[in-house]
Amino acid sequence: MFYREAGDFKTSYKQDNQTFPIKFDRYRYYVVLAFAFLVIPFIINDYWANAILLPFLIYAIAAIGLNILVGYCGQVSLGTGGFMAVGAFACYKLMTSFPEVSMFIHILLAGGITALVGVLFGLPSLRIKGFYLAVATLAAQFFLVWLFNRVPWFYNYSASGQINSPERDVFGIIITGPNAPAWATYLFCLIFLTICAIIARNLTRGTMGRTWMGIRDMDIAAEIIGVNPLTAKLSAFAVSSFFVGVSGALFFSVYLGAVEVGEVFGIQKSFLVLFMIIIGGLGSIFGSFAGAAFLVVLPVALKVVGVDLLGWPTDIVAHFQFVIIGGLIVMFLIMEPHGLAQLWRVAKEKLRLWPFPH
Amino acid sequence: MSDQLIYAMEVTLNGLMAGVLYALVALGFVLIYKASGIFNYAQGVMALFAAMTLVGIMNGQVPFSHLINAMFGTHIHHFGWHVPALIAIILTIGVMILLAWAVQYFVMRHLVNQEPIILFMATIGLAYFLEGLSDLMWGSEIKKLDVGLPQGINLWLDEVTFNIFGYGFFVDNLDIVATVIAALLVAALVAFSQYTKQGRAMRAVADDHQAALSVGISLNYIWVMVWSVAGFVALVAGIVWGTKSGVQFSLSLIALKALPVLMLGGFTSIPGAIVGGLIIGVGEKLFDFLIGPMIGGATENWFAYVLALVFLVFRPQGLFGEKIIERV
Repeated sequence: MFYREAGDFKTSYKQDNQTFPIKFDRYRYYVVLAFAFLVIPFIINDYWANAILLPFLIYAIAAIGLNILVGYCGQVSLGTGGFMAVGAFACYKLMTSFPEVSMFIHILLAGGITALVGVLFGLPSLRIKGFYLAVATLAAQFFLVWLFNRVPWFYNYSASGQINSPERDVFGIIITGPNAPAWATYLFCLIFLTICAIIARNLTRGTMGRTWMGIRDMDIAAEIIGVNPLTAKLSAFAVSSFFVGVSGALFFSVYLGAVEVGEVFGIQKSFLVLFMIIIGGLGSIFGSFAGAAFLVVLPVALKVVGVDLLGWPTDIVAHFQFVIIGGLIVMFLIMEPHGLAQLWRVAKEKLRLWPFPH
Repeated sequence: MSDQLIYAMEVTLNGLMAGVLYALVALGFVLIYKASGIFNYAQGVMALFAAMTLVGIMNGQVPFSHLINAMFGTHIHHFGWHVPALIAIILTIGVMILLAWAVQYFVMRHLVNQEPIILFMATIGLAYFLEGLSDLMWGSEIKKLDVGLPQGINLWLDEVTFNIFGYGFFVDNLDIVATVIAALLVAALVAFSQYTKQGRAMRAVADDHQAALSVGISLNYIWVMVWSVAGFVALVAGIVWGTKSGVQFSLSLIALKALPVLMLGGFTSIPGAIVGGLIIGVGEKLFDFLIGPMIGGATENWFAYVLALVFLVFRPQGLFGEKIIERV
């Protein structure tokens, strides 16, 4: 019906190259943006912000970052938790050392520092591949967490070894610490997510994204046709770590406020983000959103159904959550290896033809 | 002889023992990898599952009792009998074979011909599933496992070393037993894969799936068998580790420790798993002993990975792995 290219004429190269070539997609995108920026901040409350919206926004940034590395460049990484920790601790050090500088700059700098660390741990990817690399990134995960646990300089010599986010504001509005209003933290994360998603989308459909995909599909062939594996792999590690670092910084400063590194940024976090992109769809920006939303909402939904409705003990529901997540991963890999994003694509294809079958 | 050196020797000895335990877990990985090219992340959770099932059967626990109680408001928990260790072990082997069949039938059969990394992620999913399942079945509290393995300090070694060095080494009896078990297991596995018909079929499948199919070897059967053997190895590892530190969630994390072992030894070599295990075991204990105090301690968490990482940069296929040749 209304979801089709017919009648949507492009009169310039710019229009021809736009992100959403179909008119309906374009309007949908504007409507979603408008709703997220103009409606939700007015109806948000603390429960929704802390249980669903903030984790969704922050995990979506991390998922986009990991998806660039795993989905687009084909370098499997199990070090996401460690890189998020780098972002968080970099942000903490910057916040406490330069209190007068804006949080925007701190978070971006934290991302930059994480990118440097990511490049460092990405260097072995030039020699090793596949799950050898996946295991090698575990070295980053365990080493970084250990480092932040053991070197007191990183947590400013606090007695508990925790880091606590001090109160900071942006243009006079408090966005970190316990007194931050829900709408402000939400908007702050949303702005970062929007920028990250736009950057990622445009990177992945440009030259850089194409070289990444070449490396992913067959690195030797890509090298022969002139892709430099050094720059391609390291740029993927850098961009990916930048996003993951930004999400780690937001996770610590805006969402949690206090972090004990082993608990929050452990190996489980790496797996969680990896699951998000598997379920959402490898090599798809939309998939990163879908996967993050799915795995953020699933535990909350299970808790509502299991604990509140059926009255089961919390630990049984938690075990069920493991069973369901594990089962879903396997199911997705078998039935739909391209994840939720593929389901979405199929649905759009059907919509284009509707009401005709072919 | 200086004290430092004697302590270092004791640490080395204990590191060797720990290395054997790592190797025990790594063996299960190598078996499945060799036969089906699947890197089975769930091996550690299989050890946990096997140990929990063993304890559950021995104590006569009702499976899923917490769940049943929550659903129907009943209060069942135990059948009220105790099963002797040997019978319980045999029953657990049965359960592991059943699990192997289920994994093959419901998961791996559908993933034939997929890329290795997809299979790897599928086993991560499997690991989560099994983790939740074993907690649902047997409850998540820490359990004691006692199948009659000796424990405590080995007095003989203590005495001998005291006579020689004037300082008695502390070596756990359990570690010695584990070493013997590991040696037997390796010998049995090598004999199995070299001299039996099934073992030969297994190696044929590992070599080339299609060629094996064309000479009449059933892939399904071989894979179920391999997963069963891996389940058995997991059970042995589960018994040893469970006796050592109780049956609990952290048991599944030994899989993570086995990864660097495999990378050092090469994924395809059984002796490699043993040697890799020993190197990692000794390396991390010695590093923690000599360098650890200078940089804040607890280096065991990451040393193995960093060692493997550095090693891989120079030799990507591991110590004993087959040379990787890449073509377009």
